[in-house]
Amino acid sequence: MSKLILERLKAQFGDDILEVSSFRGDDVALVKPARWVDVARFVHDDPRCDCTYFVDLSANDRCDPRTDDLDMDDRFEVYVIAYSVAKKHRVRIKTRLPGDEPRLATVIPVWSGANWMEREVFDMFGVHFEGHPDQRRILTYDEFKGHPLRKDYPANRAQPLVEYREGTFNKLGPFLQDEGMPLNRSAAPDERN
Amino acid sequence: MADVTHLETRTLGGGESGFVTTKFEALLGWARKYSLFQYPFATACCGMEFFSTASPRYDIARFGAEAPRFSPRQSDVLWVVGTISQRQAPVLRRVYEQMTEPKWVIAFGTCASCGGFYDNYATVPGIDKIIPVDVFIPGCPPRPEAVLDGLMLLQDKIGRCDRTPETVKNTALPDGAEEALEKLYQIRMKP
Ligand code: SF4
Repeated sequence: MSKLILERLKAQFGDDILEVSSFRGDDVALVKPARWVDVARFVHDDPRCDCTYFVDLSANDRCDPRTDDLDMDDRFEVYVIAYSVAKKHRVRIKTRLPGDEPRLATVIPVWSGANWMEREVFDMFGVHFEGHPDQRRILTYDEFKGHPLRKDYPANRAQPLVEYREGTFNKLGPFLQDEGMPLNRSAAPDERN
Repeated sequence: MADVTHLETRTLGGGESGFVTTKFEALLGWARKYSLFQYPFATACCGMEFFSTASPRYDIARFGAEAPRFSPRQSDVLWVVGTISQRQAPVLRRVYEQMTEPKWVIAFGTCASCGGFYDNYATVPGIDKIIPVDVFIPGCPPRPEAVLDGLMLLQDKIGRCDRTPETVKNTALPDGAEEALEKLYQIRMKP
């Protein structure tokens, strides 16, 4: 039944819907970044889709920094999940952005709840949302450099706000002098701070 | 470690009442260790275990440490309970600086002690990187017994009027416990 949204989208946007898939009740549509807001607006406004409830907006980084080009065209995948409380169906709309200066229009005019989610995606992935009224970091702090969930951000690089104290800390077992778990990372000890 | 012998307290018999000689410092240490006002800086899942320790079943009131004060200026012990993120670190340090002397710090749980399994951009790898710590309580989360053990170690340190801002000694294992543990370990590891 919820395939209805995908069919409506295909009928409405034609080739701008790049790909659709359904898996165990999860309906996904991949759209062109240029039509991002239009699709969101349609899903929200169309009486048969009626997805007025905003569930989540997030992103992922699809590149593998060991093999892929960091500026690849479809590096960041931003997705929004919308739900219809009345019709009890849900859809996920995705789009892919280039690694170099990823930009996307904001969906806040459609669902105002997207505000903080877009700030989070900006903070974690550095995707810039055009038209966002308050594009600041939300989880990390202003002094933070880089975007921690990008695959090329070193997994154990910390950027302390308070300078660490000097000297040995005289910890007794079970704690070791070099705290934190390596979790099988291959980073050299001097890279860890 | 501070010299303990100068804190000697003696009970002298005599007549019906008897009397006690002590040093003022020892008296002060004794009074302090049973009237700890705590500041719970609870940030994460360890908080649950902290509440459990404070609640009647484990009853932290037995140690004179039941009164929480939510102003750092009125408290003696800072309990850092849970994960401290880099963003929170300045807050924690300010809370510590606002506490009046004498003050003590307990790192409650693995996260507060060494960052735990978080090894990333977000988490401080042990609050001793930011403020001096007296007792580290390991565990994820530590059982209330472990917490009370840590509290007793701290009381011991306070009672000795030991003011060095560093780790207290581990609880000594009773005689033979180490061999017993080793044996248990061998049995458990047998295929
Ligand atoms: S030590 Fe474990 S229980 Fe305690 S805050 Fe960390 S993750 Fe949570």
